[in-house]
Amino acid sequence: MLEPIKVIEGKAAPLRLENVDTDQIIPAEFLKILGKKGLGRYCFYRWRYNEDGSLREDFILNNPKYRDASILIAGKNFGIGSSRENAVWALQDLGIKCVIAPSFGDIFYVNSLKNMLLCIKLSEEQVKMLQELAERENLILRIDLEKNIIEYRGGVISFDLDRVVKERFLQGLDEIQLTLKHIEKIKKYEEGMPSFLLPKARRFIHD
Amino acid sequence: MAGKSIIDKIWDLHTLYVKEDGETLLYIDRHLTHEVTSPMAFEGLREKNRRVRRPDLTFAVMDHNVPTSDRLKPIQDEMSAKQIEALERNAKEFGLTLFDLYSPFQGIVHVIGPELGLTIPGITLVCGDSHTSTHGALGALAFGIGTSEGEHVFATQTLWLKKPKKMLISLEGALSNNITAKDVVLWIIRNIGTGGGIGYIVEYEGPVVREMNVEERMTLCNMMIEGGARTAIISPDDKVFNYVKGRPYAPSGDEWDQALEYWKTIVSDPDAEYHKTIRFSVDKLEPQVTWGTNPAMTVGVTEEVPDPRDFDDAKEKQAVERALNYMGLQPGTKITDISVDVVFIGSCTNGRLTDLIDAARVVVGKKVAHNVRALIVPGSQLVKRNAERLGLHRIFIDAGFEWRNPGCSMCIAMNEDRLRPGERCASTSNRNFENRQGPGGRTHLVSPIMAAAAAVYGKFIDIRMLDLPSRSEVLEYARTYKGY
Ligand code: SF4
Repeated sequence: MLEPIKVIEGKAAPLRLENVDTDQIIPAEFLKILGKKGLGRYCFYRWRYNEDGSLREDFILNNPKYRDASILIAGKNFGIGSSRENAVWALQDLGIKCVIAPSFGDIFYVNSLKNMLLCIKLSEEQVKMLQELAERENLILRIDLEKNIIEYRGGVISFDLDRVVKERFLQGLDEIQLTLKHIEKIKKYEEGMPSFLLPKARRFIHD
Repeated sequence: MAGKSIIDKIWDLHTLYVKEDGETLLYIDRHLTHEVTSPMAFEGLREKNRRVRRPDLTFAVMDHNVPTSDRLKPIQDEMSAKQIEALERNAKEFGLTLFDLYSPFQGIVHVIGPELGLTIPGITLVCGDSHTSTHGALGALAFGIGTSEGEHVFATQTLWLKKPKKMLISLEGALSNNITAKDVVLWIIRNIGTGGGIGYIVEYEGPVVREMNVEERMTLCNMMIEGGARTAIISPDDKVFNYVKGRPYAPSGDEWDQALEYWKTIVSDPDAEYHKTIRFSVDKLEPQVTWGTNPAMTVGVTEEVPDPRDFDDAKEKQAVERALNYMGLQPGTKITDISVDVVFIGSCTNGRLTDLIDAARVVVGKKVAHNVRALIVPGSQLVKRNAERLGLHRIFIDAGFEWRNPGCSMCIAMNEDRLRPGERCASTSNRNFENRQGPGGRTHLVSPIMAAAAAVYGKFIDIRMLDLPSRSEVLEYARTYKGY
């Protein structure tokens, strides 16, 4: 059961790249870790570190200014590619609580929701404006999920939030338990399921 | 009233409940799982003392991590070994059928689903892997899901989903010789972009699709994910029914007739409506090659690597520069002047028998170029055995290819098959992202025919210039070929 979240407040870091795929967020070699914790070290691994393990100066999140950022402002199609939920866990472990972008990969978006990493879609202009602000000054955003607004010094932006997402964040749910309220419908479908749709190993399958 | 598409029909038949906001509870007929995305889902079940609701509809396979060399040796990589052990333990504890490393039916999850008859038309299917769209080629509504969703399906056999929009992609005209489904789909992604399909389920139709065999259609559906689509699907026809018939888990006897009757009702109505329709003519399509670091960064084989200066948009210019830098390519380089170090033929995109036959058409009687390392990793044990029965492996091995055991292998580089930094690879897989095939590795996505030609000639060539034997000619050759 995940705890409800009503407000996210924190420093924003601009990630001015489009089409950031989940292979970049967490490379495949770190998918072998059997856990959700500790993945932050490997988040954006190839962009963050040199081969000798030192930090790469050219990667924005390595800039001391953004080390404590908890909100990422990224380009369009953030999180495309692989379905690996580890991408979400890695971002969260890094301290990221919200990603703002013009659009997201579909599976990444759902995975984020399930783990309560907030994804907010804003227009390309709004994203660009926030990125520029975050580059110029210390940009602190206050995201209010009840009012659907982002507040910062000098402005307010309202955003759309799917009702599903909103409910989830404000209530914090054990989704499986909720779904099981529909157990009768599930059972009814199963009773009516034609037998020809069931997989049966009819032939000698183990050589 | 407008007709319904196959998407609507399967969706409606599996809808258990719809919330006011449109979120729909869908029943899931098949759940396929593998060692990499499942451990935390099983862990979640254990924490809450939950069971897998329908072990009979849930199938597990080892594919992403597995070594493709000698299976009898212990797994070198400790972490991989742990994930593989975890799947074994979980399958046992939760009562699932597992195709393990030694199973004669082991293979990449999207290859074995269809070939074992687990994937059939008219069902809903999920798997913790984005390329689950592959199964749409048989007329199944198939979604790639994350680990939390996987846990939810394990526990409830259902999935919450907002119905995506529907996009119809109609492929018209006729393909030139040796132009394949891979070229078609790379070209579509090049046209619509990596985000072009976000929020959509893509349905393919048209004479080009009908002409293709079922394995070629799987390539089409498989890669649509790289265009951002939620999944892809094709209305089933006789080719699909013939493909399914007789497979180990497929309906048989009376149930076959009932199934067939049902399947014929789920095809799209001619007057079905879509949110978007795109028509492409494939008449002039040439072999496609990616030059950059996402699958939309593609050009035809007679074209050149683009110049960042030709792009007006600042962000695009920057992305092209970054990609060329990573790929170690100069703007204006002819595609046919790019030489490769490694050739990888395999993956859930192009690791099926049709793909191997196509590769053999190029390789027969030739040798792999001396400075190229070439691997063939069949998509499954069945693909491998069938290829061996046909004698194809001898053609490859004699030409200098490595003939491996099935798995994801160099598509994702989670086992020991990977590129070294700076190595350039012609790959039949689906993702050319930075570091995908190994840290610093450079990937060019191509069809099996293009990849095989790159192995033989050491560089990309326009395979339309080659006088290749047909598929049946190469099979006839392989049948009588006794090796050197
Ligand atoms: S072959 Fe590649 S894309 Fe396909 S399932 Fe394996 S890792 Fe994923």
